[in-house]
Amino acid sequence: MEFKEKLVSSHLAFEDGMEFPETVQQVRANALKVFEAKGFPSKKDEAWKYTSLASLINQDYSIFPKDETNVDLKEVKKYFLFDTDTYKVIFIDGVYSPFLSNTTHDGIDVCLLSAALSKPKYKKLIDSYFNKIANQEDSMTALNTSYAREGTYIYIPKSVVAEKPIEIIHFSTGKEKAVWLQPRNLIVVDQNAQVQIIERHQSLKEHPVVTNCVTEIYVHQDAFMDYYKLQNDLETASLIDNTYIVQEKNSHASVHTFSLGGKLIRNNLNYYHKGEHILSTLKGVTILKGKQHVDHATLVHHAQPNCESHQDYKGIFSERSEGVFNGQILVDKIAQKTNAFQQNNNILLDDKATCNTKPQLEIFADDVKCSHGCTIGQLDEEALFYLRSRGIPKKEAKALLTYAFANNVLESVQLPSLKKRINNQIANKLGVSLGFEL
Amino acid sequence: MAYTEEELKKELETKEYEYGFYTDIESDTFPVGLNKDIVRKISEKKGEPEWMTQWRLDAYASWLEMTEPDWANVIYKKPDLQNISFYSAPKKQAKYESLDEVDPELLETFNKLGISVDEQKKLSGVAVDIVMDSVSVATTFKKTLAEKGIIFCSISEAIKEHPELVKKYIGSVIPPKDNYYAGLNSAVFTDGSFCYIPKGVRCPMELSTYFRINQAGTGQFERTLVIADEGSYVSYLEGCTAPSRDENQLHAAVVELIALDEAEIKYSTVQNWYPGDKEGKGGVFNFVTKRGICHNRSKISWTQVETGSAVTWKYPSCVLKGDYSIGEFYSIAVTNNFQQADTGTKMVHLGNNTRSTIISKGISAGKSQNSYRGLVQVGARAQNARNFSQCDSLLMGNECGAHTFPYIEAKSNSAQIEHEATTSKIGEDQIFYCNQRGIDTEKAIALIVNGFSKEVLNKLPMEFAVEAQKLLEISLEGSVG
Repeated sequence: MEFKEKLVSSHLAFEDGMEFPETVQQVRANALKVFEAKGFPSKKDEAWKYTSLASLINQDYSIFPKDETNVDLKEVKKYFLFDTDTYKVIFIDGVYSPFLSNTTHDGIDVCLLSAALSKPKYKKLIDSYFNKIANQEDSMTALNTSYAREGTYIYIPKSVVAEKPIEIIHFSTGKEKAVWLQPRNLIVVDQNAQVQIIERHQSLKEHPVVTNCVTEIYVHQDAFMDYYKLQNDLETASLIDNTYIVQEKNSHASVHTFSLGGKLIRNNLNYYHKGEHILSTLKGVTILKGKQHVDHATLVHHAQPNCESHQDYKGIFSERSEGVFNGQILVDKIAQKTNAFQQNNNILLDDKATCNTKPQLEIFADDVKCSHGCTIGQLDEEALFYLRSRGIPKKEAKALLTYAFANNVLESVQLPSLKKRINNQIANKLGVSLGFEL
Repeated sequence: MAYTEEELKKELETKEYEYGFYTDIESDTFPVGLNKDIVRKISEKKGEPEWMTQWRLDAYASWLEMTEPDWANVIYKKPDLQNISFYSAPKKQAKYESLDEVDPELLETFNKLGISVDEQKKLSGVAVDIVMDSVSVATTFKKTLAEKGIIFCSISEAIKEHPELVKKYIGSVIPPKDNYYAGLNSAVFTDGSFCYIPKGVRCPMELSTYFRINQAGTGQFERTLVIADEGSYVSYLEGCTAPSRDENQLHAAVVELIALDEAEIKYSTVQNWYPGDKEGKGGVFNFVTKRGICHNRSKISWTQVETGSAVTWKYPSCVLKGDYSIGEFYSIAVTNNFQQADTGTKMVHLGNNTRSTIISKGISAGKSQNSYRGLVQVGARAQNARNFSQCDSLLMGNECGAHTFPYIEAKSNSAQIEHEATTSKIGEDQIFYCNQRGIDTEKAIALIVNGFSKEVLNKLPMEFAVEAQKLLEISLEGSVG
């Protein structure tokens, strides 16, 4: 049986035995219809022109999370931001792990989506936020919606600043042969509130994992949301990440994506503006080797005047890796005085590495400043020579230059311990010790 | 200010398309519709040899299996191909030795167009091939060119007289199966220009083709084939107009360029088909496939000024097959009122040490939509490919749109690709700066637009640059809101 058919036919069994309000069930049923009609995206779809899911969906996966698996804290501790006290929402093979997690209802809500979906207390919030901005017509999003049950639910009330960052980590243990995970996150940052979130997907053992994740984020007036996606998984793990962000007046939302490992990663990052004077930041560093494939698809929809967006994506590709950047800026007619900037720079280190980039501008307003720039090239020979002539070995010199190339994305990381960690990871990827700390 | 922007805007909106007259020439027109018999009849009418008829029929057969593309960023009602006539020729058709023999009424048409053939012949030394309703009516300067061994004639003549060249190269760059409109063109093209420059010859004058759709309810399908043999050089110009009509006319041309080793082709277009009236009624659908192939150390340079047509869909491309070959693309696309343009280029780097440059300037005004769509592709075996692209858009008024869709695909680590794009309007500070120095707003805008498009205008041959500048003024002045 094809995997798509399995997903469709197993849905009944999935719904069975769960107690959710009818509205939620209806949302799932509708989403399944969309997925059934559309199926998995193929290279014929313009948005998936450079990324094929064929290598992922030609095999079978287990799609129901089994019972809780315990993982020794020692084993996974290194994946936490250990020296910072954080709220943690940890899932193991798609099942919530109360033992490793640290959730809260004190002032803010950091808990499970399944609880929020089923408890009457949250009904009003769920009704107004759940599945409202996710693209209903997108088949991967619809697939996630149809199986939406578990994930993280975060609510930061008016004028509250979350004191600690929130970590969302999904582990897969390899207990089952191959798993297909579909976490669903809902994050609401109310007026004038602030939050920092770190998301990570990690397999503990080499085995096929595909994570098709959907995150909906609402950033209300004057609020601030800072999101970090760490993608440094094993080469057997794939990730399709769909993030939808709605911003209101005077808000600031920033997403940093660090794609340093994994088999196939697709990041769909969508921003919608619902008010004036919004600031959106999208930054990413991609460092790949082997046969890894990373695809960044961004959309910033400027629908209101006087907003600003900044995109900066750097890619470093070696061996046979493939990088894709597909950035779209949409400026509506009424969105006058928009400033939208997009930058995508890539370095191809090896002959077999590939880079496809498609930065798009679609502009309907006249009083705007929009620009995009993109480059594909190599390290500057002269700069390399300069360093080598001062006694720095070729490998280190190359690493220094690539590090410098990616550095300005790192500069805007707000959490010092996270910055340090990513810094080390990048140095690690480049195979050198930089000999200095940030 | 005595002359306000409002007034200027009004004047522009009401400005009639000056080439919108219709010449009353008796035409020989086919019944509407398309089928195998029509294809056969076109071929018969042109007195073509059997291989050509077969080529057309093959193209027709493969075209039947294709569907009209809809990926372009334009919205239009698809033309009903069964409702247009695929052949329309001015009736008094004889072969002319010199201009004196041409139907005077036809000559009058050209005078109205401002391309006085006589005058050009004497003054500018441009050889012109004029294609009216898809049939070539006059080729000037043929003798002078023949002395150098240059063949410059209509393509139907070339099919008869130089079949070996046509057979070898036609469809070699754009095969009939390439796309829907190229397939259609391959099946039904009625005429066009053919040009061959022998080895080592530098063509002494600009070669020029003038296209005009005259008859109502016809489509124009012309085919241009330019072959520059080793070490030769040619500069080729193309211009077009059409009368104002309420219904949309279809223009689906194919242009193939072949630059053999060390040859250079410079191809310039000033496209000024009827753009439709200010309500967006009528206008020409311009669906054109243009592509050139560059062999070793050769160069192809496309320059285009696109001001006309209701819908434009055009991507002059270069296949850089040979080592050290160079591709260039310079474009100004101006859209006003309800015009839509989706235009750009493709640079396919296959050989080693190839270079390409893309400079595209889009100017949108009124309620128009202007898109740049380009592809820069570097193959896995292409070493040291170099590309620079720059796309700038200028928006005038708040009801138009500017879009950029660049595709960049690099499979080689020695490739260096740069792309940059900006979108902006004419800054108030820029106009203020000019005003301060005693330049009124209208002139300031003209100055700024001129400066904006200068990089491209400079690439045009002299005669065209003047015309292009004039066209820009017609299309743009006063549309600043």
